[in-house]
Amino acid sequence: MTTVEANTTGSASSGQVWGVVAEFGSAAAIYAAAEKVTAEGYTRVDSHTPFPIHGIEKALRHGPSHLGWLVACGGITGILAAQVMQWWMNEVDYEMWVSGKTPYAWPSTIPITFELMVLLSAFCAVFGMFAINRLPRLHHPIFTHSRIVQVTDDKFFLSIEARDPKFDRTRTAQFLESIGGKHVEVLED
Amino acid sequence: MTDMTLTNGAGAHVAPPVEQVAPGVVTRIREGDLKGVSTILLGLGVVGVVATLVGSFLDEESKKQAAFSYLVAYMFTLSLALGSLFFVMIQHITRAGWSIVVRRIAENMAGVLFPWMAILFVPIVLWYHELWHHWIDAVTDPNQEGYDAIIAGKSGYLNVPFFFIRAALYFVVWGLLARYFRGASLKQDQSGDPALTLSMARRSSIGLLLFALSLTFAAFDWMMSLDPHWYSTIFGVCYFGGSVMAMLAMLALVTMFLQRKGYLKDVVNAEHYHDIGKLLFAFMVFWTYVNFSQYMLIWYANIPEETLWYQHRAETHVHEGVLVPWGYVGASLIIGHFLFPFAFLMSRHMKRNRVTLAVAAVFLLVMHWLDMQYLIMPTLHHHGLHLTWLDFTAWFGVFGIAASFALRNIASSPVIPERDPRLAESLHFHNV
Repeated sequence: MTTVEANTTGSASSGQVWGVVAEFGSAAAIYAAAEKVTAEGYTRVDSHTPFPIHGIEKALRHGPSHLGWLVACGGITGILAAQVMQWWMNEVDYEMWVSGKTPYAWPSTIPITFELMVLLSAFCAVFGMFAINRLPRLHHPIFTHSRIVQVTDDKFFLSIEARDPKFDRTRTAQFLESIGGKHVEVLED
Repeated sequence: MTDMTLTNGAGAHVAPPVEQVAPGVVTRIREGDLKGVSTILLGLGVVGVVATLVGSFLDEESKKQAAFSYLVAYMFTLSLALGSLFFVMIQHITRAGWSIVVRRIAENMAGVLFPWMAILFVPIVLWYHELWHHWIDAVTDPNQEGYDAIIAGKSGYLNVPFFFIRAALYFVVWGLLARYFRGASLKQDQSGDPALTLSMARRSSIGLLLFALSLTFAAFDWMMSLDPHWYSTIFGVCYFGGSVMAMLAMLALVTMFLQRKGYLKDVVNAEHYHDIGKLLFAFMVFWTYVNFSQYMLIWYANIPEETLWYQHRAETHVHEGVLVPWGYVGASLIIGHFLFPFAFLMSRHMKRNRVTLAVAAVFLLVMHWLDMQYLIMPTLHHHGLHLTWLDFTAWFGVFGIAASFALRNIASSPVIPERDPRLAESLHFHNV
């Protein structure tokens, strides 16, 4: 078995260790590894796989996403903005009577309220997802792993980040090897 | 994953027996286990229908009240059976895997469409003149006094013989569909033949088309024609939305009831309740969407013969003998049939928790009943909700009898489609 390979690519690296990455051969193997890693007490763990693996977020002990709350805020903002906008335009700024309806008539405001709620909810879902994932970014340390291109084909990668309180570059790397990880590499930022 | 099919002598693939897919799962209802509940429901039902019939002979006023109360109860109960039929067909046509473990309950609930919903229609036939006299008695001869040009224009459709021919046709369509889907599914319990799954999926397409047309016209005939000058092409969709919502609420409750009785253990779990809850939420919102679509177009166009229907239902003055004016009933529906359940059922935790889902289901069933009152009763009581004892006897009558026979269907068949080829998929289903 090879010893831990230091990452030698990327000469312009700052030398700051980002984390340790190990390769696994199958979805079942990375699932089992994820369970062992989180059972060991690691918390900054992630998987990088060619396709979604059902239930791996449970093995990785990732909590529920907070995106729903952002979407709710967006939806409520949309409702309020639509109501205030239509009330102010039709009732205050330029009072207009159309076919005998009062200037501000609630049934006529519903379609725009609905649409603006959906629009801002969708914006919050997409851009909120970007923000939570810190996107867009042009590069990520994971791409310095020597075999990472295989992630688009048939290999499964498990990462433990250096900001994990339990992280130790030697012991974490050895632990990943001990649970069956291949090509364990310490990556720098 | 291992191959879940066996090969029979002829070389064709068949689904494995349930003992292999789900070892230790009890699929047969124990002899007499649901008998107590179904006998009580049948007793309540017979007493309710008889009391309503007796009440109708007291005087002219009671006869009208009995007819309308019975129609409300009938349309409420019918919606649960029709919603079940829709549920079964939509699962087949989408080839859904998650729902296999609850599909048999829906098949059994739809099973009461024939003959029981047809038999329960008989009192409506007796009272047809009390209910639909507005168009039956309308003057359609232009040479006579009081000529009603609008109803004369509709008389090719709205006439008594054609009305009853259509009613018979609806029961033929619903009866054939409900019996076919339940029968084929029961047949598969014996043979495990995947070809039955394919033919049910294929026949759902034509079945859904027939279902959509028959439900729409039944809603036109039995509810919309109470106010024969008024019309709305989306009216059937409004009834459909409420029906499927109510059915999903009932499906959740019946599943919980069977689990309390010790069945479907380790079969139906939070994942399945979550999906029922999601559909319940979706159809609750769909009901709101189509009802608002109907309201907004009529409100905007402001044409007298269209707005009159809502004019009756916007009454806010409290008249004598009125419990709640219709305007407040309408407002209650906006809140209780939409705003409150929308907030209540939004979170996934509320849909996955049996207690909160049951609370929402019971609440929405009450709202669906109020919706039926709101659609039907303003023709009789112009000013507001006016409950009499006949409303209760009629409800217990129709619902009790239908529910009793639905339970009998459940007791007489395996509680899940034992040899459906996708049973394993449904047992192991997880929401992502």
